[in-house]
Amino acid sequence: MNINKRIGEVVESSSLQFTVQCYDLYKSPNIGTLVKCGSDPQLFGIVYDVSNKSMDPARRPVPRGRNENKEEEVYLSNPQLNRLLITEVNCVLVGYQSVDEINQSPVSLPPMIHSFVIECSDEELKRFSSCLDFLPLLLESPVLNSIDEVISSFLIKSSRVHDDSSRFLIYAGKELAFNLSGQLIRLNNLLKRISK
Amino acid sequence: MNYEINNQPYEDTNILGMVVSGSLNNGVEVKLKPEKSVSEIKVGRYVSIEAESLKFFGVVTDIELGATDQTLRVNPPEISNPFIAKVISGSTAYGVIQVEPMLILSQDELDLIDGPQPAKTIPPHFSKVSFASDKDVETVFGLESNTNFWLGNPLDMDTAKLCLNIEEFIKRSNGVFGKSGTGKTFLTRLLLLGIIQRGVASQLVFDMQSEYGWKGFSEESKEVKGLKQMFSSKVAIFSLDEESSKRRGVNPDYVVRIGYEDIEPGDIAVLKETLNLSEVAADAAYSLERFYGSNKWFKEFLSLSGGDEFIELARSLNINQAALSSLKNRLSRFKRFDFIDQSGGNDSVTQILSYLDRGMHVVLEFGRYGSDLAAYMLVANLLTRRIYARYAILAEKALGDPTQQPTPLVITIEEAHKFLSPDIASQTIFGTIAREMRKHNVTLLVVDQRPSGIDDEIMSQLGTKITCLLDNEKDLDSVLTGVSGNRKLRSVLSRLESKQQALIFGHAVPMPMVIKVRDYGTATSYGDFQIEDTKFNFDEDNEDLFGKKL
Repeated sequence: MNINKRIGEVVESSSLQFTVQCYDLYKSPNIGTLVKCGSDPQLFGIVYDVSNKSMDPARRPVPRGRNENKEEEVYLSNPQLNRLLITEVNCVLVGYQSVDEINQSPVSLPPMIHSFVIECSDEELKRFSSCLDFLPLLLESPVLNSIDEVISSFLIKSSRVHDDSSRFLIYAGKELAFNLSGQLIRLNNLLKRISK
Repeated sequence: MNYEINNQPYEDTNILGMVVSGSLNNGVEVKLKPEKSVSEIKVGRYVSIEAESLKFFGVVTDIELGATDQTLRVNPPEISNPFIAKVISGSTAYGVIQVEPMLILSQDELDLIDGPQPAKTIPPHFSKVSFASDKDVETVFGLESNTNFWLGNPLDMDTAKLCLNIEEFIKRSNGVFGKSGTGKTFLTRLLLLGIIQRGVASQLVFDMQSEYGWKGFSEESKEVKGLKQMFSSKVAIFSLDEESSKRRGVNPDYVVRIGYEDIEPGDIAVLKETLNLSEVAADAAYSLERFYGSNKWFKEFLSLSGGDEFIELARSLNINQAALSSLKNRLSRFKRFDFIDQSGGNDSVTQILSYLDRGMHVVLEFGRYGSDLAAYMLVANLLTRRIYARYAILAEKALGDPTQQPTPLVITIEEAHKFLSPDIASQTIFGTIAREMRKHNVTLLVVDQRPSGIDDEIMSQLGTKITCLLDNEKDLDSVLTGVSGNRKLRSVLSRLESKQQALIFGHAVPMPMVIKVRDYGTATSYGDFQIEDTKFNFDEDNEDLFGKKL
């Protein structure tokens, strides 16, 4: 297992999404990153939300830098902050791998708590994004608000790992057009995002 | 769909799309593949549809732009962004073609023997639609052979030859239509050449503008060979105007002379409109024939001096004097025609028949009389009536002895609407021939630019119609009367190019087809005809054009 790419562990999960607490504060993958967790089956998720907050929901952080010149000095002067604050990542489940085959369909069971969460390699991203059957799962996901931003980030990242990135984006664009027939304005905005 | 699979090149780039809806009455709707642009496809293009064990052949009759989102029209995407334009075209915005399935070919080996049959069903959903291949054209229209004449190429298929079965073609009367300058004459010349080359019929061509016999001219005033130059031993040129023929360097085989006694009242009835005769005046000719006798009426009538003699004649025939007078005035025009001989004709009919009997083809050039419609109509009607009468006798003889069957005769007339208008179609011999078809082995090839002027009944009896561009509504209606799917063909017909394109449909072809008429007039085109006539020398032509080979 690629320890370098391990970002954290599952701390909350359902059959639609899971929450990862990152090992290190502020060391999270970007929105639209493909991650994997679990082993049998291995589940795939896409990061849709990243949050930094107090570990204890009852203890809200207070300002500490009135007498500091730089932001970094706040953390140097208060080393406990790295323990009291956490970075959490929310991922939507988009598929699983059974044996050698990737299935882009809803998972039947959520990942276990404390499952290791690993950022997928370029090769894994290329393999996963060769098929975009999971797009309807994202487009119609009831849990996400800014899903179009997530999709465009994912597609842009994926395009970079394909040999012909512009051809991949056209393929992805056509898949979006197919799934968003009747939502021309949304499609137009999405396409504008991924064409940048 | 998988990106890798989706991006593999299609095995067959000819595939256009798939059938998504349709009906037998309205044809099928085909959604184009994303990478196929509507501008690649033209109305009239020949397509094939693979459907399980069946193969359909059809014609593109309409092209549409479709969209999955109806707001696309009011809120178009940002096509200034090339990426968005590429994505939207073929997905949200796509092309649709309407295809009229015409023929069906079963892949069953036994059914293959019968060849394609008229389509009585439609292909199922999602059948693959492709541009027809050269082999498809061969399957449907056959290869060039002793009976099949290569007339042109299907639209946008430069390597496929569309062949016309000449044997079937001459079994019915046929029509060549099109606006002036659309290539009717070239097309007709090709058909005449095909009939001569295949040797299935004799022909009599009433060559109004003297452009079929010895030589003709293209729109660019380039000289093209006439039939006599191509088949000197098979074609005879008859002339009504020897001087004109000689001026053009043509030595006619025979000069036609028509005697006063040859003219019958029926010949005058045909000219009613052309001579601006009233009904009464035209009918007076029949009374005159009864009065003077069938061979003398014309001569006697024109020799009347007028005055009392004329009044007396009108009274005895019980005809209005003014009508009789107008008839005489109009008929006096004929005195100016040098080919009409008061002292008697030279039995041109027998001469023509003797050539036709020998399997030769007669082109009657009108010379300067070609511009006189009355002369053209008089001569064409007069000669044809007599020739048809002889053929009727021969055909009757053949009923008793089938070996005596006369060689089929094809008579070509131009300005056909003048002979076949609803008013006079029942009176002219051409109307009779068109209606009775091949009963007596005589059929017509009518060439006309105003088919709406031709009697509906006769139009419906024409076997094969070859139509160049027509844009008049009435003409389009007239040509397509009685043709299945005529609404669709109408759009095809009205969008033909103004040159060298024609729509062929009817008896001699299995399905309607838009063709690019084959070239005629270049050294290569003459060579392509592979004519084996002794006087025709392709090498000589090449030398004339390009100089001797070193």
